[in-house]
Amino acid sequence: MDFGYTIWIFVLPILSFLAIGLLGTRPALTGRSELLRGRVWGWIGTGAVFGSWLLALVTAYRYFFVLGTPDGHRPVVFGAKWVWMRFSEHLSFDMGILLDPISVMMLVVVTTVSFLVHLYSTGYMAGERGYARFFAFLSLFTVSMLGLVVATNIFQMYFFWELVGVSSYLLIGFYYDKPSAVAAAKKAFIVTRFADLGFLIGILILSYYAGTFDFQTLVSAGGPVLGGPAGRSFMGLSVFGWALGLIFMGGAGKSAMFPLHIWLPDAMEGPTPVSALIHAATMVVAGVYLVARLFPLYHEVDGGAILRLVAWTGGITSLIAALIAMTQEDIKRVLAYSTMSQLGYMMLALGVSGLHGHEGLGYMASMFHLFTHAMFKALLFLGAGSVIHAVHSNLMRDMGGLRKYMPVTHLTFLVACLAISGIPPFSGFFSKDEILAAAFERDKLLFVIEYAVAGITAFYMFRIYFGIFWGRERTYAHTPHESPAVMTIPLVVLAILSVLTGLVPFGEYVTADRTPYHGHINWPLALASIAVGVVGILVAKRFYQRPNDLPARAAEMWGRWYKWTRDKFYIDEIYQFVAHKIMFAGIAAPVAWFDRHVVDGFMRGLGWMTETFSLLIADLQSGRVRQYAFVFMGGLIALVLLVLFVTGLLNG
Amino acid sequence: MYDIVAVATIVFFVGVFGFLTRKNLISLLISIELMLNAVVVNFVAFNKYLYPGRLDGYIFSLFVIAVAAAEVALAIALIIALYRLDNSIEADDMDSLQG
Repeated sequence: MDFGYTIWIFVLPILSFLAIGLLGTRPALTGRSELLRGRVWGWIGTGAVFGSWLLALVTAYRYFFVLGTPDGHRPVVFGAKWVWMRFSEHLSFDMGILLDPISVMMLVVVTTVSFLVHLYSTGYMAGERGYARFFAFLSLFTVSMLGLVVATNIFQMYFFWELVGVSSYLLIGFYYDKPSAVAAAKKAFIVTRFADLGFLIGILILSYYAGTFDFQTLVSAGGPVLGGPAGRSFMGLSVFGWALGLIFMGGAGKSAMFPLHIWLPDAMEGPTPVSALIHAATMVVAGVYLVARLFPLYHEVDGGAILRLVAWTGGITSLIAALIAMTQEDIKRVLAYSTMSQLGYMMLALGVSGLHGHEGLGYMASMFHLFTHAMFKALLFLGAGSVIHAVHSNLMRDMGGLRKYMPVTHLTFLVACLAISGIPPFSGFFSKDEILAAAFERDKLLFVIEYAVAGITAFYMFRIYFGIFWGRERTYAHTPHESPAVMTIPLVVLAILSVLTGLVPFGEYVTADRTPYHGHINWPLALASIAVGVVGILVAKRFYQRPNDLPARAAEMWGRWYKWTRDKFYIDEIYQFVAHKIMFAGIAAPVAWFDRHVVDGFMRGLGWMTETFSLLIADLQSGRVRQYAFVFMGGLIALVLLVLFVTGLLNG
Repeated sequence: MYDIVAVATIVFFVGVFGFLTRKNLISLLISIELMLNAVVVNFVAFNKYLYPGRLDGYIFSLFVIAVAAAEVALAIALIIALYRLDNSIEADDMDSLQG
């Protein structure tokens, strides 16, 4: 079956990026026409992504239903594949489109959320300065993310990985005249860049010892990594183990895993649709996707040592993030920590997964949760954006009682909150239940952590929900109103998706060994997780539905702990300390001193010597011709005398 | 022959002396001409007494006279240009090339 047309999934957003970026941002061109200054750029971008979305849906249909499982498992198809740079006979950088269950699933996720966010942004960003620029960057991000998910080899993935990093940087810093946004953009870029350093080193080690970048070759059972001898080892891990660990460092940076998570909450400085698209639904799952892509390696190399690291990183992240989310005041920051927490779930699910059949439940659950999470988290962010749009504040204390003013936002937000809290029949229930089941079978301690996190999640999500839509009535400067249709339609669509996606028999489509797996719900576990979710919701209801002094009393009772979580466990401060006191004062300052005084001093000394010497002899060039003539004549006579003396003529 | 070479030497050193002591550019030019003419006299004298029957020395003399004429033309032009610039033909005033 021919999937050559899939190239158009990229070409459309590339074209819209170029069109909007090159034409839309020129005042000379757009200033004259009322039409060009208006929303036309938004509609171009939205239209292009709409095209991609349709193509992605067609691709998914053809891949999952028409192509099916010809020999018992789902095949790997190439939509395109060509050599970009050839180094040697075996080593080349390829570009291409690889279609397998997870990449097709990601194509659908990325284009769906991207399309809806584009549509939403035409309303949300209306009247903002840099409207066209915003859509250009959004298209650029879409292209990069699509390139990342269909990468045929790890180098192509890295290439687009950095491109999404750049577009994320550009969009976080979209309000570039706001210092906090600029600082957040830099922070996001530098932290992820630092993580990508590990990723790059990992790629180089992996490809050096494996001799290939290609995913298919890398993960194949008889391939250079899994088929060959264990290879050299270093400090207890094989070289491939180290490579995978370093690659995971890149993934952890992108997916905001502890301790590289500090950039994600600050990234909320960007416009809210950006947070929904990049920092909730798509880019931040790139790290999870990366681990899933190389999953057979993580599972086999060094007996899964790195995979345990993945699992624990995920578990710790989800716990810390959930604790911090409970006490944050800024609605978008709560959502950011909630995203981190859910990403932790996905990482953990990968970490406790096996390869085949029922063992591979975690892998399936992780991808499932990625899929459902993208929908309901995008919905949460877009809903929050709708509220922020109406109230003009990010802080929860400026909101309250909004359910009367914004019915659509209210209902869709409720759906998303129920979904993330794992209440059936909303999608989060199904995926989270699979994750808990997978964790339960592998590691009881991780299961307990995740079980607690599920309850905390329900609590903090409904803390926001009750805080915004119920709670104390506020008097607003101007009465909040429901957002325009272009903003509510995406909300409704995402709400429907948040309900329906949970019913997808995901194991049929996406599994670690690409063989359909018939999962079933583990009811005792499911009931337990529903129970903890309901408890979380009820506590939040008691605390926040009506104004009372319970939250304040609880805060007082927990005292120090409350302060710790509110100050995010001082992780930012630790980074600050390490960066300033150790790296700047301990390393950078002495090196700078050496450079300034020793290296520069030597060079300056050379210059000083030359200058002084030339000043000494500069008086010789008097400019007086007669003096020259005198010297010349004197020199001539001296030479003649010298010649006579040397040849002996003078003495006869 | 010695007399002629002696005269030429005297004329040459008169030229050198003039070149070193005079300040007027025209005088310097004349001094250079004196030196050149001393050389020309030497050419002729040596040709006549050492290689009679050959013409090299005479021809060289003619060349030197021609070159000297060209040189004078050039030098006079430069002096006039300098005079226009500085309103002076004193060699000691020409110190704008000082480093």
